[in-house]
Amino acid sequence: MAELDIDTRAAQLGIDWSQVNLDSVKLPPGENFGIESDDEGVYHDDQLEFDTGFGNIIVVDNLPVVPKTKFEKLENVLKKIYSQLGVIKERGLWMPVDPNTGTTLGYCFIEFNTPQEAQNAKEKTHGYKLDKSHIFAVNMFDDFDRLMNVKEEWEAPQTKPYVPGENLQKWLTDEKARDQLVTRSGPDTEVLWNDARQKNTELVHKRSYWTESYVQWSPLGTYLVTLHKQGAAVWGGADTFTRLMRYQHNMVKLVDFSPGEKYLVTYHSQEPSNPRDASKVEIKVFDVRTGRMMRDFKGSADEFSIGGPGGVAGASWPVFRWAGGKDDKYFAKLSKNTISVYETETFGLIDKKSIKVDNVVDICWSPTDSILSLFVPEQGGGNQPAKVALVQIPSKVELRQKNLFSVSDCKMYWQSSGEYLAVKVDRYTKTKKSTYSGFELFRIKERDIPIEVLELDNKNDKIIAFAWEPKGHRFAVIHGDQPRPDVSFYTMKTTQHGGRVTKLGTLKAKQANALFWSPTGKYIILAGLKNFNGQLEFFNVDELETMATTEHFMATDVEWDPTGRYVATAVTSVHEMENGFTIWSFNGKLLYRNLKDHFFQLAWRPRPPSFLSPEKEEEIAKNLKKYSKKYELEDQDVSLLLSEQDREKRKALKEEWEKWVKQWKSLQEEEKLARQNLRDGEISDEEEEEDEAKEVKEVEFEDVIDVTEEVVQE
Amino acid sequence: MRPILMKGHERPLTFLRYNRDGDMLFSCAKDHTPTLWYADNGERHGTFRGHNGAVWCCDVSRDSLTLITGSADQTAKLWDVKTGQQLFSFKFGSPARSVDFSLGDKLAVITTDPFMERTSAIHVKRIAEDPADQVSESVLVLESPNGRKRINRAVWGPLNQTIVSGGEDAVLRIWDAETGKLLKESDAEVGHKNTITSLTKAADDSHFITGSLDKTAKLWDMRTLTLLKTYVSGVPVNAVSMSPLLDHVVLGGGQDASAVTTTDHRAGKFEAKFYDKILQEEIGGVKGHFGPINALAFNPDGKSFSSGGEDGYVRLHHFDSDYFNIRI
Repeated sequence: MAELDIDTRAAQLGIDWSQVNLDSVKLPPGENFGIESDDEGVYHDDQLEFDTGFGNIIVVDNLPVVPKTKFEKLENVLKKIYSQLGVIKERGLWMPVDPNTGTTLGYCFIEFNTPQEAQNAKEKTHGYKLDKSHIFAVNMFDDFDRLMNVKEEWEAPQTKPYVPGENLQKWLTDEKARDQLVTRSGPDTEVLWNDARQKNTELVHKRSYWTESYVQWSPLGTYLVTLHKQGAAVWGGADTFTRLMRYQHNMVKLVDFSPGEKYLVTYHSQEPSNPRDASKVEIKVFDVRTGRMMRDFKGSADEFSIGGPGGVAGASWPVFRWAGGKDDKYFAKLSKNTISVYETETFGLIDKKSIKVDNVVDICWSPTDSILSLFVPEQGGGNQPAKVALVQIPSKVELRQKNLFSVSDCKMYWQSSGEYLAVKVDRYTKTKKSTYSGFELFRIKERDIPIEVLELDNKNDKIIAFAWEPKGHRFAVIHGDQPRPDVSFYTMKTTQHGGRVTKLGTLKAKQANALFWSPTGKYIILAGLKNFNGQLEFFNVDELETMATTEHFMATDVEWDPTGRYVATAVTSVHEMENGFTIWSFNGKLLYRNLKDHFFQLAWRPRPPSFLSPEKEEEIAKNLKKYSKKYELEDQDVSLLLSEQDREKRKALKEEWEKWVKQWKSLQEEEKLARQNLRDGEISDEEEEEDEAKEVKEVEFEDVIDVTEEVVQE
Repeated sequence: MRPILMKGHERPLTFLRYNRDGDMLFSCAKDHTPTLWYADNGERHGTFRGHNGAVWCCDVSRDSLTLITGSADQTAKLWDVKTGQQLFSFKFGSPARSVDFSLGDKLAVITTDPFMERTSAIHVKRIAEDPADQVSESVLVLESPNGRKRINRAVWGPLNQTIVSGGEDAVLRIWDAETGKLLKESDAEVGHKNTITSLTKAADDSHFITGSLDKTAKLWDMRTLTLLKTYVSGVPVNAVSMSPLLDHVVLGGGQDASAVTTTDHRAGKFEAKFYDKILQEEIGGVKGHFGPINALAFNPDGKSFSSGGEDGYVRLHHFDSDYFNIRI
């Protein structure tokens, strides 16, 4: 009721407000005359918050049924397990007993101090194996109502009719055997064919705001994953890039695929409100095809960080490292003093135990086998030597181990087919003031895994970059002092020395700080990124000769296409200008450029490994001439067509221009008089200028001819 | 041929203008004195003293006797080219950004910047035959619909019937020069995406070229405002010019002046880039400046051009005979 209404009503009833003490007005109890109390809303809210009060109770089922004599023992075991996960209220553990037999009923109730602890305990111990026949089934007490309401009758799930999906490998069947790449620039994400013959790209699919941070191909190229607020999504199929699956994970930050792309790991970290605390980290592992979450991990960043503390920045990615091979069997996580290796059948730890290794700081899987290499630095001020070891999974047998002395740091590099492991060892000099580097080379596939020590010719050289030849036996090292370091090539196998590492050659004073081997080996790009402004040297390691030296000014990224035929170099938006990418042939010939403002990312679509056996591949390489004939002809046709098209395009452009010029000329003619008037009758400049131009031109040409003639006469 | 380096300005160049005969070159810079040079050998002929701020733009009459300059000191001045004496000074409440004489030199269009409460505006002034009769009243004042954004350049259309303007709001506008009505706006879809920095028209007023910070230059029909060509540069474009002789356009620019000292000297791309006007393909570049290029002008005979840079130099380039035989 508005105040005015009240006043008029009061006046009608002859009430003088000033005489009324409002507080003295009392309503009879239980009757409010339709007047709502001001407090009612507040009261109502209170009621909503009031819940059953059982939110901090969990029910643990599948306990062993024990007689009275063992009751106390079981109770103690349970107390021990659950008091680790939260504070159990006083007398909060209650295990009912059958009054007739005196044995327990196989379940118990546990009341925690807070619902959060209860939730945590439920998540952590659901599925906990006390022994083989007793696997805990833990539920919140509050959930019981829901669980009890499950229908008694089992309803057979409806079988959905089989709908054949799109061919996810369609891009591999491209007639021209082209490769795809994805680029992100401005708001647009584009999937493009690299059509090197046409010297341009062909658009496959384009979408604005496709992803909220970045995109990534799966390791075999089947899927493209995009990141969103709600989670990650994968896209693929023929050329349309339809959404195949979504993975719910709020505010996902990073994703990682298992090498056989069966599983997707998503990562989210929450910055702490208190900067001294570590970030909260949540990691989920999904089955890519079904979209089911297989396991999730929660904790503070410190638990997931390797080496240094996780801190505010979050854990170092990838937290989980997948074992090599296509079957995606194992993945490992490194945390303080432990290596946790999980297997994907049950998503549990192998043998339910993690491996204890004191002070381990780095682990690395072999790319093909389930062998884990790990590095433990020196301890006790050098009393205990540093150690590099190879561990077989799942047997956890140590295959090989090497102790190293006065080590400051180690880096492990696996060769792509898992044949060799190179360990770059930085050692202190005697004075401990500086370090020098050497390599320990493990031959994994040979008996007893022999280890070889390699030192550079000049021991004091700093090592700037190291890279194995993919599938090959060679490696390249950039060493020496900036700004002109040397590049050396070594091989693990020569015809003379079967088992000795030999140097192939050294290139002196190169402007390079990064190495990019072709995925097929043999060719390498020595790239000078960042400070070197994008110097590129295309080098043939078989012949030890430079094929081309070029520059993509300010290039930030270099990436080979999966077949090793083309190279993309890109300037991303870290620089302000000349953003975009350039495609080169494997031997350093510039094919085409593509400028795009605000260029963020470029990634080639990976190809799955070839089904051809090495013998077959060799045979093809031998008879290359026979196979290549067909393609050469095609190439020729294309280039003819291209020049034809080009000519036509130019002609069209020229004709169009002529039309404009003609139109302008006629307008100019029409306006001639008007112009003359505007200039106070001064002759329109057209003829004047034309005459002038002609004259000048003629004079110019005469001059030139004169000069040349004189020279000839002399 | 070796370029002629003309050192006379102490601050970055802002504008270059040849007279009709192509024997004189006028240059404007952020120092306060526009300078006149001999266009063939680059010798300095004289300066025009009187401005008290950066000089943004100039234009010279068809008979090469009168010069008009627009300056940040909130004036536009008329000068006697022969003597270097100031003839008249138009006063505005805000800096004068661009000036352009009409066909017949009886009118001039002057644009002013947004300043304090004032919005950017286009003023049309009548230029008296005898400087003694000169009045400062505007014949027409046009207010941009987007007045807080600066208009960088306004020029006369064919037969002085229209005025074409472009500026920070990236839109090109054609105005009726009689009534002041807005006739056309450039299509936002195909038009520039960022500040239009420069606008140069063809000798016959049939078409014009615009340069923009969106790293492109565009060629437009002056009567219909139809987009004809786009030249993609990769760096912000500060200055544009068209060859009167061949179908070439030249673009100048480079990274933002404030970023120059932080990167490699090659990073700036301070080249004058030549493009084929019809095919829109890059032909070549002329390097030399060590700062962004702010001004470009072709000699009316098409055989030389000059560029003015943030570095304070004017570089005068006479083309080699090879240039006239370029085929692509």
